[in-house]
Amino acid sequence: MTWPILSVVTFLPLLGAVLIMIMVRGNGALAKGTARWISMWTTLITFAISLAMVHRFDTASPEFQFTEKHDWLGVASYHMGVDGISLPFVILTTALMPICILASWTSIQRRVKEYMIAFLVLETLMIGTFSALDLVLFYLFFEGGLIPMFLIIGIWGGQRRVYASFKFFLYTLAGSVLMLLAIMAMYWEAGTTDIPVLLRHGFPAGLQTWAWLAFFASFAVKMPMWPVHTWLPDAHVEAPTAGSVILAAILLKMGGYGFLRFSLPMFPLASHDFAPLIYTLSVVAIIYTSLVALMQEDVKKLIAYSSVAHMGFVTMGIFAATTQGVAGGIFQMISHGIVSGALFLCVGVVYDRMHTREIAFYGGLVNRMPLYAFIFLVFTLANVGLPGTSGFVGEFLSLIGTFKANIPVASLATLGVILSAAYALWLYRKMIFGTLKPAVESIRDIGLREAIIFAPLVILTILFGVAPKPVLDMSAASVTQLLDGYNKAVKTAEAAKPAVEAQNLSGKIIPVSTTR
Amino acid sequence: MSQLTDIHVLIPILPEIVLGCGAMILLMLGVYAGEGSARFVNGLCIVLIAGVAALIVWMPAGRASMFGGSFVVDDFARFLKLLTLTGSAGALLLSLDYLTNEKLQKFEFGVLVLLATLGMMLLISASDLIALYLGLEMMSLPLYVVAASNRDNARSTEAGLKYFVLGALSSGMLLYGASLIYGFTGTVTFSGIATATQNGAGIGLIFGLVFLFAGFCFKVSAVPFHMWTPDVYEGAPTPVTAFFAAAPKVAGIAIFVRATVVAFPGITHSWQQIVVFVAIASMVLGAFAAIGQKNFKRLMAYSSIGHMGFALVGLAAGTPEGVQGVLVYMTIYVAMTLGTFACILSMRRDGIMVENISDLGGLARRQPAMAFFLAMLLFSLAGIPPLAGFFAKFYVFLAAIKAGLYVLAVIGVLASVVGAFYYLTIVKIMYFDEAAKPFQSMPALLRVVLGVSGLANLLFFVYPAPLLGAATVAAKSLF
Repeated sequence: MTWPILSVVTFLPLLGAVLIMIMVRGNGALAKGTARWISMWTTLITFAISLAMVHRFDTASPEFQFTEKHDWLGVASYHMGVDGISLPFVILTTALMPICILASWTSIQRRVKEYMIAFLVLETLMIGTFSALDLVLFYLFFEGGLIPMFLIIGIWGGQRRVYASFKFFLYTLAGSVLMLLAIMAMYWEAGTTDIPVLLRHGFPAGLQTWAWLAFFASFAVKMPMWPVHTWLPDAHVEAPTAGSVILAAILLKMGGYGFLRFSLPMFPLASHDFAPLIYTLSVVAIIYTSLVALMQEDVKKLIAYSSVAHMGFVTMGIFAATTQGVAGGIFQMISHGIVSGALFLCVGVVYDRMHTREIAFYGGLVNRMPLYAFIFLVFTLANVGLPGTSGFVGEFLSLIGTFKANIPVASLATLGVILSAAYALWLYRKMIFGTLKPAVESIRDIGLREAIIFAPLVILTILFGVAPKPVLDMSAASVTQLLDGYNKAVKTAEAAKPAVEAQNLSGKIIPVSTTR
Repeated sequence: MSQLTDIHVLIPILPEIVLGCGAMILLMLGVYAGEGSARFVNGLCIVLIAGVAALIVWMPAGRASMFGGSFVVDDFARFLKLLTLTGSAGALLLSLDYLTNEKLQKFEFGVLVLLATLGMMLLISASDLIALYLGLEMMSLPLYVVAASNRDNARSTEAGLKYFVLGALSSGMLLYGASLIYGFTGTVTFSGIATATQNGAGIGLIFGLVFLFAGFCFKVSAVPFHMWTPDVYEGAPTPVTAFFAAAPKVAGIAIFVRATVVAFPGITHSWQQIVVFVAIASMVLGAFAAIGQKNFKRLMAYSSIGHMGFALVGLAAGTPEGVQGVLVYMTIYVAMTLGTFACILSMRRDGIMVENISDLGGLARRQPAMAFFLAMLLFSLAGIPPLAGFFAKFYVFLAAIKAGLYVLAVIGVLASVVGAFYYLTIVKIMYFDEAAKPFQSMPALLRVVLGVSGLANLLFFVYPAPLLGAATVAAKSLF
């Protein structure tokens, strides 16, 4: 390898942000245009380079590729690299960014320069999160993302934007600081924060439990899992359209990615022990938040709750720790990234025209917006998990994976599939079918720019639904390696257990005999 | 005596001599040249500080001790002296325009800052209880005067008086503690005390230690001796507040660290619980009490109380890693503080200084550069990566985890989340709220200070090695 392709992909958006900061002056139409075009080209070039990475990626190898390592902090080093688990998320990020920029083209008219800078900085931090191979570096990117997202929700958000942005920031921060302490404890235990080394380091069971809980605190909030999901509906509703897309499509995936990268392989014993907790929370999330979604009057809030439910499938699949479950979790995250992102974009389309997200306001849109109705239908069905769409593959695989590990949990979770059909189809009927409401009589169908935004998403949703192999193949080798390590660790611990118990037993007897 | 006539032995203390003599010369210059020369003299004070800093850098490395071991120059002292001088010079830079505008420009101000700085340098090098007390008083007396330097202002006078009365009380307590320690160990040198306490200490000595710590806590404004901080910060002229927030804190922490680590290594478990309590109380009080503040300077007072708590987390560990963490923390803290005060000093509207947080409303629209840097400084103070403030907290907590102080660490990071709330509130006012009336444009000097501190804080993560390396070397010299 001659040039650090991964660092280029990571920091190119930051370069674009600096470029905008330097070049764009004032608030005129020209300045706005320049800011938009610079960020468009930056994200497009980033995407193109990331595709080159896919081309050069060796799917047969479970090892980290495109690695770079430099001295940085003494305790931590600048170590980057991707494997089959992280690469799909990197591509998802780079692919969605140009779409987000395009979606904000006309709807953002206020402080365009700052908006574009915030998005580009956010892109760097997100790609960095997925490709960091050092815990401290990971934490840096993971937490750094809070600053631009806080500003995006707070500046360009809706009515209750201040409340939503504070809630988002403080919830996530509170979860993450505990993870930071766990990272430090791991450093003193293993002597390094290098992820590949830590993946091979067997942590003692006691530390595993505490560190698992600390990481769980962070990722459960980010994911979000019930009952710490309450920041998500607020943040989603108040964020501007592109902000919601990024939030749903990528920021939430950081939680799932964290579980896969750290919790499962580094703390296998704790993951095994805590699996019932995860199952319970996931099933509650799937059923309860689906019911909550049924009751929503705000479109964005409904989709937000449906996100929480879908993430329930992901956590369940991951901690089932079967090949299908983990692969299904990854696939579900990618698919949800595309579908929920697209759904938020669909909401954005009507919001830009009518400036309301109230479900009751809309009705009979199919009469005026046939193309929009079609696109919305594709994503609604994908959200439901109809076979032939990408949503089906993810849900199906994670359910199979869980079925192998725990039948009651899988059965209960299947209820969620029915419920998701209920709320999604109900939403579709209310908004698209029925009699045309007078208020939306003059609404325009989607234009060329919007069609360009949706076209790739529609294609991908159906393509991955019919042929999920590219994504599954990309991660297969890494998933197999992950689970081999996990099963070995759990088996060794199980084998050692009777011996330990016997020891404890004899340990209990001795003091009794001595006191006599 | 023959040794003292040999001028070579004075080389380790040369920076202090230059600073002391320079301060006298500048005082004479000011007296003879009259009030008109005040700005010029204060400018020369900055030049003198820069010269002294250069002297410290140029001085031979390694450990030197003089006056029978009561004055020590090691890497730890050099590091902190440079930091103190940076804080003093920064505060003087911030003061130049302010004092002219407020018609407070007096040459005594710069000279008093120099004399206080001299006291701090002596304090940092102090290696016995008497030198410690002398340095402390040398530092404190000019501070009382500069706090009250706006003589016609009731708040400033009140601040000076309050600081003096409470400061005198704390000095008394410290002296009492020192006398007890002397009584129970029979020596005043830190190394002698370390020898006497290597096999544990009796209750009398612990009693003395507590009083000694009370004096230190007062100087670094740690809970429960923090009460003077908000009033003095609010009442004193703003550049004086900036000075208080930066330089004396560094010197206070320096002697706190040196005295505990060098003189009491044998009874770590005894002082550790005191430091742990003080750190927790400071972090928690700083975080919660700042939430309700409307005045920016008062808020910074509570913020500084919290930050001292975080710095003391490193000391609580009592290891080389912990001391390294304290040094990194103080360096980044000084940089952030100076930048933030450069912003506070730019809050001037129609010729009048304003100090309320609400006056920053919509700053991002009116002065985007200032708002951006201030926002980054505030995120950094809150400890959000990738800004410098994160690394400051990272190293102290890293040391605390190694020392097994898990409760302290967990409470500390949770307090930092609470603290993040009030920093976010200021960001919110600047970025989300509607625009208030614009400020006057920022004076060039303040721009320079804000720019340097803002960029250092923003780009620290790119090349952290020099600071971390220097702090490691400095911390090792104590053990």
